[in-house]
Amino acid sequence: MPPPEPVQQVKHRRDTALRTLVDAIPYAGFLGIGFQRHGDELTGVLPYDDKLIGNPVLPALHGGVIASFLEVTAIVELTWAMLWEELESGRLTLGSMAENPLRLPRTIDFTVDYLRTGLPRDGYARARVNRSGRRYASVHVEAWQDNRARLFAQATGHFLMPQRDHG
Amino acid sequence: MSDPTPRSFINALPFANALGMVLEHVGDGRARISMDWDPRFVGDPTTGVIHGGAVSALMDTCGGAAVMSCPGALTTATIDLRIDYMRAATPGQRITAEAHCYHITRNVAFVRATAHDADAENPVATATGAFTFTRKEDR
Repeated sequence: MPPPEPVQQVKHRRDTALRTLVDAIPYAGFLGIGFQRHGDELTGVLPYDDKLIGNPVLPALHGGVIASFLEVTAIVELTWAMLWEELESGRLTLGSMAENPLRLPRTIDFTVDYLRTGLPRDGYARARVNRSGRRYASVHVEAWQDNRARLFAQATGHFLMPQRDHG
Repeated sequence: MSDPTPRSFINALPFANALGMVLEHVGDGRARISMDWDPRFVGDPTTGVIHGGAVSALMDTCGGAAVMSCPGALTTATIDLRIDYMRAATPGQRITAEAHCYHITRNVAFVRATAHDADAENPVATATGAFTFTRKEDR
């Protein structure tokens, strides 16, 4: 039996793949959105910035910022779930990821529930792929700030999956 | 038919300014807001298409402006917003959203909106939303 793969090598592969994916979305960079990874679980992080405010009187995050954060998290989760299997099985390498542009899912529709005012502080989001077929996917996203149990927004979206060249 | 309240409403929104939104028309429950294509707003660099979230922000702002232009409006906030993306917006082209607040109850405003690029006959997205509605006389 071959020895287990060194942990640093595993982490490097996964973290580099995730960075390549997130860096491929300019709008995520514009909003300052990053992702934390624990195994295959991703948490989107939206660090507070003054430009994200919609209502300066309250103040509150702009509804469009919240919708954007949820949609970016849904797309990254969906693409990550697709990449993970290929990456771990060795069918996809970091080299081929660097050479070939990533093909991202396209949003068909997206519905956002604004549950609470978005406070002027960091936000977090996690997405769950409820169905992922060859062509269509359905994803649910939840976002919170100080308390994981007190969501400030949630969303459901449907996506058209990119047609893969291999696999 | 423009009212100073909705106009100051959009100018006072830092995120609307960050996306370069321009209020073109507002009044009587209708609003039109546009924004330029910008490489920083792209969702997929292989196509250069603007991210859905940026279009959503435009539609949300436009919906809010339409609600604020209804007689007696004091404040509003989005309750929910559904966006259908019909086609990719053409890279490089300005996107314009038009929203109509078509019904108001005591506490809720209902809004429909569309967004288009240079091809105004074929919308890139449509939206429906519910917004909170508070009236001046309620205060």
